Amino acid sequence: MKEREAGGGRREAGNQAGFSVPASSAASAVPPPASHLPPPAIRMEGIDKSFGAIRANRGASLQVMPREIHALVGENGAGKSTLMRILGGLMKPDAGRVEVNGRDATGWSTNEAIAAGIGIVHQHFMLVPTLTVAENLVLGCEPKVRRIVLDYSRAAESVRTLSNETGLVIAPERLISDLSVGEAQRVEILKVLFRGAKLLVLDEPTAVLSPPEVRELWTVLRRLRDNGDTIVLITHRLDEVVDLSDTITVMRAGKTVARIKTSETTPAEIARLMVGRDVSLSAGKRVQPVDRATAPQPDQGLEVGGLTVMGSRGIRVIDDVSFTVKPGEILGIAGVEGNGQTEVIEALAGLRPVFSGTIMVDGAEITRRTVAERHDVGLSHIPEDRHRRGLILEYTVANNLILGVQKHFSSHGIIDRDRVMENALTEISSFDIRPPSPVLAARALSGGNQQKVVVAREMGREFSVLLASQPTRGVDVGAIEFIHQQLLDARAQGKAILLVSAELNEVLALSDRIAVMYRGKFAVVMPAVQASEEVLGEYMIGTKKGTAA
Amino acid sequence: MTTATQPLAAKPTLAGTPWRERAEEALIPPFVALLVALICGDLLILSYGQSPASVYRLLLEGTWGNAYGFGQVLYKATTLAFTGLAVSFGLRAGLFNIGGESQLAAGGFAAALTGLALPVGTPLLLSLPICMIAAGVAGGIVGFVPAYLKTRFGAHEVIVTIMLNFIVLALLNWFIAGHLHVPETLHTPEIHAGVLPRLADIDPRFHGSAANLALVVAVIVAFAVWFYLFRARGGYELRAVGLQPQAAEYGGISVGRAWMRALTFSGVIAGIGGINYVLGYKHYYEDGFAGGAGFLGIAAALVGRNHPFGVLVAAFFFATLSQGGLAIHAFVPKQMMDVLQGVVILAVAMAVPEVRGILRGARRRTAA
Amino acid sequence: MNPFSFLTQMIRIAVPFLFAASGGVVAERSGIVSLTLEGFMLSGAFAAVLGTNYSGSPWVGVLCGILGGLIFSLIHAVATIRYRADQVVVGVAINLLAIGVTRFFLKLFFASSSNSPRVAGFGGNIKAAGFDNPLLWLGVLVAPFVAFVIYKTPFGLRVRAAGEHPDAAESVGVSVTRVRYAAVAISGILAGLGGVYLALDQHQFTDQMTAGRGFIAISAVIFGRWDPIRAALACLLFAAAETLQIQLQGSHAIPSQFVEMIPYALTIIALAGVVGRAVPPAALGKAEA
Repeated sequence: MKEREAGGGRREAGNQAGFSVPASSAASAVPPPASHLPPPAIRMEGIDKSFGAIRANRGASLQVMPREIHALVGENGAGKSTLMRILGGLMKPDAGRVEVNGRDATGWSTNEAIAAGIGIVHQHFMLVPTLTVAENLVLGCEPKVRRIVLDYSRAAESVRTLSNETGLVIAPERLISDLSVGEAQRVEILKVLFRGAKLLVLDEPTAVLSPPEVRELWTVLRRLRDNGDTIVLITHRLDEVVDLSDTITVMRAGKTVARIKTSETTPAEIARLMVGRDVSLSAGKRVQPVDRATAPQPDQGLEVGGLTVMGSRGIRVIDDVSFTVKPGEILGIAGVEGNGQTEVIEALAGLRPVFSGTIMVDGAEITRRTVAERHDVGLSHIPEDRHRRGLILEYTVANNLILGVQKHFSSHGIIDRDRVMENALTEISSFDIRPPSPVLAARALSGGNQQKVVVAREMGREFSVLLASQPTRGVDVGAIEFIHQQLLDARAQGKAILLVSAELNEVLALSDRIAVMYRGKFAVVMPAVQASEEVLGEYMIGTKKGTAA
Repeated sequence: MTTATQPLAAKPTLAGTPWRERAEEALIPPFVALLVALICGDLLILSYGQSPASVYRLLLEGTWGNAYGFGQVLYKATTLAFTGLAVSFGLRAGLFNIGGESQLAAGGFAAALTGLALPVGTPLLLSLPICMIAAGVAGGIVGFVPAYLKTRFGAHEVIVTIMLNFIVLALLNWFIAGHLHVPETLHTPEIHAGVLPRLADIDPRFHGSAANLALVVAVIVAFAVWFYLFRARGGYELRAVGLQPQAAEYGGISVGRAWMRALTFSGVIAGIGGINYVLGYKHYYEDGFAGGAGFLGIAAALVGRNHPFGVLVAAFFFATLSQGGLAIHAFVPKQMMDVLQGVVILAVAMAVPEVRGILRGARRRTAA
Repeated sequence: MNPFSFLTQMIRIAVPFLFAASGGVVAERSGIVSLTLEGFMLSGAFAAVLGTNYSGSPWVGVLCGILGGLIFSLIHAVATIRYRADQVVVGVAINLLAIGVTRFFLKLFFASSSNSPRVAGFGGNIKAAGFDNPLLWLGVLVAPFVAFVIYKTPFGLRVRAAGEHPDAAESVGVSVTRVRYAAVAISGILAGLGGVYLALDQHQFTDQMTAGRGFIAISAVIFGRWDPIRAALACLLFAAAETLQIQLQGSHAIPSQFVEMIPYALTIIALAGVVGRAVPPAALGKAEA
């Protein structure tokens, strides 16, 4: 309470009502600094933030000391990005308190955050593609000639100067749309430095980078720290955390669960804190049903040969990938996001044109078939993004349960509403969708129940091959277990399942064989019993290359 | 978590139907708009030194208060119903057809040509369908162009339909002014076949009003649109494309084909609307007969919240405004109604996202 | 045909297009759809006649015309930015509202449903062929001026950023809302001036006197691929077609209706990508999240 008085600012009044004492369990690993020490660069306490029914932050806290590289880790949806958006002034917290360098900064604006030296490098680049590097650099704080004209040459000069200081070289005249991802990220970092940032927040900076680009980034970040800057690195990759950071804050389900010195911890401990239970980093946990269905026919399941898919700029986003998934088998695809997993699934599902190669389901070639024809030969697909693809949010649950098979629920072009309703009631009770009402709009359901609708539709009908892409993303624990069980049951019934997940644990726990995708190819395919997070990790970041088994 | 409180293995029920929520989101904006329009109307009437109450009374008497006025309202509502249904049909697939004006004109033109070509004395049971098909095809062709350009080249349908309005109307003007007109006028000769009976032929009290059998056609089309959108597979797919094109694609629906269907049939519906004037009222095609009804169709679609029956009600409302202008003209200029039309559209457009935001926010708060 | 008279007539016809299209470029570059130019022009034209009529001075008329366009543009801005209303619907509404309001006030102030009485204007020297009208010169200079603002000033940079990637602009502290309000207001002022020129040139206001010129201006914006200079050239091209039509009248070489279609047909062709695809600003027409 004392701090609050000390920091009393003009925004204080608005926040008193919503102020809540931080949960005692949170962030208690390190006591608050004594008063004679310099104040922490960032101090966030008791942060609450909800989006509708989703509580992204619930009493989250963060304390970052000056001149350190601080890793903020947690699984997808743990609330890391929300916390940083609040820090950057892009959102206001529902409750809680933010201090930067000892000054109250609760609920401040973007401009105030920038003025205080906070620079956020967003995961999705905040660059205007039709403007040049120099124009993007100065946007919002433009140098001027005679107070009205944009001083372009000074903007370009600033790029060059900053490039020299940091080693992040980029030509000021180039258009953002012509840059590679790595180059665009350099511009993002230059942009925040140009605004005088002394406190850099990088949100999943390596998700899109190649290993050499990652190494270069690490060099730059260390140099910035040694020059006196403070860096917060948001990531869910343990190798990065251990490599680079001085201190680690772990978040789980919107709460801060620990703050630890990197030198005093191990990857296993971080992983345990992230997930909230003991996680064996090897694949020991999986339940291995021994009884195999009858020996599979050779031409059954999913067979992919020489699949090549072109990206937007004539790059092969999928480059000559071949694999099979046999009936009663789960093939898991692991990999850093953006290495072609999305494209593989979309190509198999008929949502992305195939450049060359063949796709067979149960011996029937479907390479050039439409989405609807693929359904008919027994292909089911749980898409990675239920809000964009998997559901029509304004449609009722009943109507969502026939999406893709609407043809089978209609005769002479008229939808048979009785059968639609009957089907909905059946699926709702067998997949335990709540609230159990078929006439509710899908929008009104929780994330887990929305995903159950998708799973019910895709697995509740006859199918022989299932593409399951991020099947448990953004879903509560109960639903995760339910969906995992559904996948294992389907496997026991002799379905061929291709699983793509960003959660390595999920891939390890469910798969019979695991492939790692790296830059549009399978870096390795191995039996799950031989796989572990460490082994897969090396293939995921490209340091090790194997042969596709 | 609300789900945690529910008993295990809950039995699926139809309880908690979300009809009320949907009705609130659909109906509140038009009522807000009506209120705003009433206030604006008061101000305009006062600016003319008249008493709002007596002017509004006059308005009601001149429209719903007598059979002639009511017949005129029905006549005007008929055209608006067609153009409004056309716009709403496109919007259900996420496409904005602003070409109602030229589609309506093209439909009327085709109906007139067909009516001229058919032999005198062709029975209505034969001539009406033929004229309607001609009108629909003409409107459909005008609707197909933006549909094709959108699907094939990604050209934005709003701009293309606006541009097509000018092109098609100029083309029709060229046909009429250069080739087909009765001397000293800008209209075709009277048609020989396909003349629709007027309401006055059934009930003489409607004598003098232009309301005609096209009204019945409009109601039938509204039912057909409703049935297609909410009961047919094609409508399920079309609406899916309008709500979430990527989810529709995932569901095996061809987005391009749905777009083609939506815009082409939108044109067909607007085109059929041409029969109201040509077959039902004047019995010839006259340059400029559409007179803004295509644009007012956007208003009808918007205020009718894109529901076929809502569009009928909204068309009736805008027709009342238009006819009401004539009724009050002796005291306040009828141009006041042009202002109010704009105000209503603007108010609904602003109220829709606002009301949705407020309602959903409130529901979340009560749910939390 | 006299090439000199052709040129002068073309420029006179182009001036309203140049004003409106320049305004349209600014608004659309900021991400707001400008189907409203027609309405802004009409309200500007009426306000100019009203002001000139009661003051006797065309300069007062100019100020009133600017105000007329500005008021309608602010309605447009509040509806689309503050209330996130659909920009196309609002565009249609603004145009209908402008027709209604000008009609109503025409009746109220001038007791006519077709036209106002004759008012003063600029110039009028026959030999000057309209070039003694300061508004004409303003119209000729407006496109280069807008080009300067868009490409060479911080405000222009922010306008371009707001129309392409509003989140990026917002993330560096640029208020997209404020930029868009300003851009729409500018479009209202400029299109209003286009209407002022039209009304004062004809020395009166007539019902719906803009007669689709706002849509030709929008065509020019698209055909000029959202660039002020190219849009201005498109205006000149469209004006040349109209001049040709006027000067060929009576010769029956080409039906006038076909000449009328030229701007619209070219715009459709440009949108279909036959000659260099017209790609709009990425965030155009999208309500701010």
